[in-house]
Amino acid sequence: MTATAETTAGSRGSQPPVPDGAVTVTVKIRRFNPEVDDEPRWDSFDIPALPSDRVLNLLHHIKWYVDGTLTFRRSCAHGICGSDAMRINGVNRLACKVLLKDLLLKGDKQTTITIEPIKGLPVNKDLLVDMEPFFEAFRAVKPYLVTYGNEPTRERIQSVADRERFDDTTKCILCACCTTSCPVYWTEGSYFGPAAIVNAHRFIFDSRDEGAEERLDILNDIDGVWRCRTTFNCTDACPRGIQVTKAIQEVKRALLFKRV
Amino acid sequence: MQFHKYDVVIIGAGGAGMRAAIESGQRARTAVLTKLYPTRSHTGAAQGGMCAALANVEEDNWEWHTFDTIKGGDYLVDQDAAEIMAKEAIDAVLDLEKMGLPFNRTPEGKIDQRRFGGHTRNHGEAAVRRACYAADRTGHMILQTLYQNCVKHGIEFFNEFYVLDICLTETENGPVCTGAVAYELATGEIHVFQAKSVVFATGGFGKVFKTTSNAHTLTGDGMGIVFRKGLPLEDMEFYQFHPTGLAGLGILLTEGARGEGAILRNASGERFMERYAPTIKDLAPRDIVARSMALEVLEGRGAGPNKDYVLLDCTHLGAEVLETKLPDITEFARTYLAVDPVHEPVPVYPTAHYAMGGIPTNIHGEVLRDNDNVVPGLYAAGECACVSVHGANRLGTNSLLDINVFGRRAGIAAAEYALSRESHVDLPENPAAAVEAQVALALSEHGQERVADIRTELQATMDANASVYRTEDTLKQALHDVQALKDRYAHISVQDKGKRFNTDLLEAVELGFLLELAEVLVVGALARKESRGGHAREDYPNRDDTNFMRHSMFYKQGEGLSADIRLDYKPVTFTRYKPMERKY
Repeated sequence: MTATAETTAGSRGSQPPVPDGAVTVTVKIRRFNPEVDDEPRWDSFDIPALPSDRVLNLLHHIKWYVDGTLTFRRSCAHGICGSDAMRINGVNRLACKVLLKDLLLKGDKQTTITIEPIKGLPVNKDLLVDMEPFFEAFRAVKPYLVTYGNEPTRERIQSVADRERFDDTTKCILCACCTTSCPVYWTEGSYFGPAAIVNAHRFIFDSRDEGAEERLDILNDIDGVWRCRTTFNCTDACPRGIQVTKAIQEVKRALLFKRV
Repeated sequence: MQFHKYDVVIIGAGGAGMRAAIESGQRARTAVLTKLYPTRSHTGAAQGGMCAALANVEEDNWEWHTFDTIKGGDYLVDQDAAEIMAKEAIDAVLDLEKMGLPFNRTPEGKIDQRRFGGHTRNHGEAAVRRACYAADRTGHMILQTLYQNCVKHGIEFFNEFYVLDICLTETENGPVCTGAVAYELATGEIHVFQAKSVVFATGGFGKVFKTTSNAHTLTGDGMGIVFRKGLPLEDMEFYQFHPTGLAGLGILLTEGARGEGAILRNASGERFMERYAPTIKDLAPRDIVARSMALEVLEGRGAGPNKDYVLLDCTHLGAEVLETKLPDITEFARTYLAVDPVHEPVPVYPTAHYAMGGIPTNIHGEVLRDNDNVVPGLYAAGECACVSVHGANRLGTNSLLDINVFGRRAGIAAAEYALSRESHVDLPENPAAAVEAQVALALSEHGQERVADIRTELQATMDANASVYRTEDTLKQALHDVQALKDRYAHISVQDKGKRFNTDLLEAVELGFLLELAEVLVVGALARKESRGGHAREDYPNRDDTNFMRHSMFYKQGEGLSADIRLDYKPVTFTRYKPMERKY
């Protein structure tokens, strides 16, 4: 870590009223704006917050009332769009799915939360990273239904069991929590990473799909599934509860034994 | 300033934009400009399903679907458009399945279907299983499937390009759309995209309200841009409040829960919808359920310490149904309210959800410049558009249907129009000048007003005065407040002066659109002295077909944020359904 000076940022004017039941949270944020900064730094903000607040609420409070230059992505604010993946107290989470009460010890009136950008992708500004390498890996695994021959007039028939087979990996919201929690990905940026493999899995195990061989060939590559060291960081990080490591193992097994 | 040239430019990459891109991209040189990464779009938050009369689990036909849509919209629906949507719904669902969408399946392996509000068998006899679904993640699956197919077809995206203006070139036949101007978030650079056709698919403006199911980014940008160009907006007073938002938070809990059998109860445990809609009860359309809930609370029968919400009871559905068919909403209740729907009822209250109105289009997605003429080269689809298939109140699932049916139509029409033109029409002079000035002004020192303060006050007055129930007095208060906030907006301060990912600037620009659209909504609501669909006036409780069976058309008069609004009207298109009293 190369962070240096620790500053406590100023304010953008009068502060909104403090709600009843608020606790004081010290939010330590790793900041970096290449436009002006030579290297990253830590800023600290003491703000009032309710235990029911999401970490995203704290970031908004800082941006709206203290420091408008604080930069992060967010959209839906309830864990569906995947915009606000960040490292919160050292683990990858969506800021809109972590509630302050879950970070407080019982009876705490004061706490410190550390927020950093997700690791392994270039930082563009503060908590906002360049997502292009991540999406490039996703696009490379043919993340779409591949079929040959004539399409049926009506829907393709798929049994309830066949549909269930790949249900877990359809939940992926491409937030990058898994990929950027992977120690292999941190050191080998060329590794496809968990999210891309999850999305390959979603089609490899779809009974309607005929592209499994092509995808398995891609994932058999030097930067493919064999890089995985089953650290399980990805499974812990997934805000959608996907069994990411298991999905990667299933793809490995498909390569070893039967090619689906 | 950078310059680009395409056949078709699509603005927005939610369901409608990407459905349009899949069609347009295979026919003509297409660029998609989007404020967000495509998979962040709010289509992904839709949950319950997409209706189509597939008749996979029981008898159904698209004519019943048409009727339900028209009746659901309190007869303000353009009936020709509703007929097209219900008819094309079947192929729209089958197309998505063929693109790979993982629908839930029946025991025979066909697409499964569930009940949804206002969708009935044989013109209102009973609820029908019409909604095709993938657990309670149907929107997520649609968004992912469409993005996957955009990847497959090599669609060209410009991610985090915030469009702030369109180019209209005056010709002897009136204005023609010739391009769009975007602000690149990464660099602060302005880009001009010349195009033969432009498609707006920018979604809604739910952030005018405090309690909303909408994303932070849903700020009505597309509607705002069109309105500022002097083009009309239609039926903006009709805003839908979804009955089941998580109380106090507004996070959506799908109507599919009630489709699976969940029941709304008041503090005493009474199933109160039996009093308001005796036939289909909890599966009445959203406007009726939202009003019923608000009345229960107003009359003192609300639950909780402040008696300010009602309860969505899913406990009798059992853990398996909740975990397999409604897993996401089960998790939302657990995460955000610490309530487990398996064991206890969930506190819910109406949440601002969907704009029925928007940029008026015909059935090909062509944007109207008045009641009779289109703007050649300009298209719109999805929530930002008003075809009008939703009239005064949209039925649940019909938005996912709308984006697929009319997104596809707009994409095809835009591409074919572009291909039929030999050359690009010249851009107007200095196409980027207005946007450059707008950005420079926002960044200049001209006041101390905070964007967050103005936005918070806007949302507070809209929640208090222009939501489920409205009166002359509350609406006048809202109008007064919004106009005062517009004056203050002239003195906002943007703290971040940089060029790189300046989201402080972005929020300031978005607030300008919100203020303008809030005013249009309130002006429309004041003028419509009747109650119809999602627009409920306590002082005019009845529908008034004599004076108000017509669409509202709003035009901006003059320049600047404080310009006046001119209100005009447009007739409703009828085919075969005569207006009747709306009972369920």
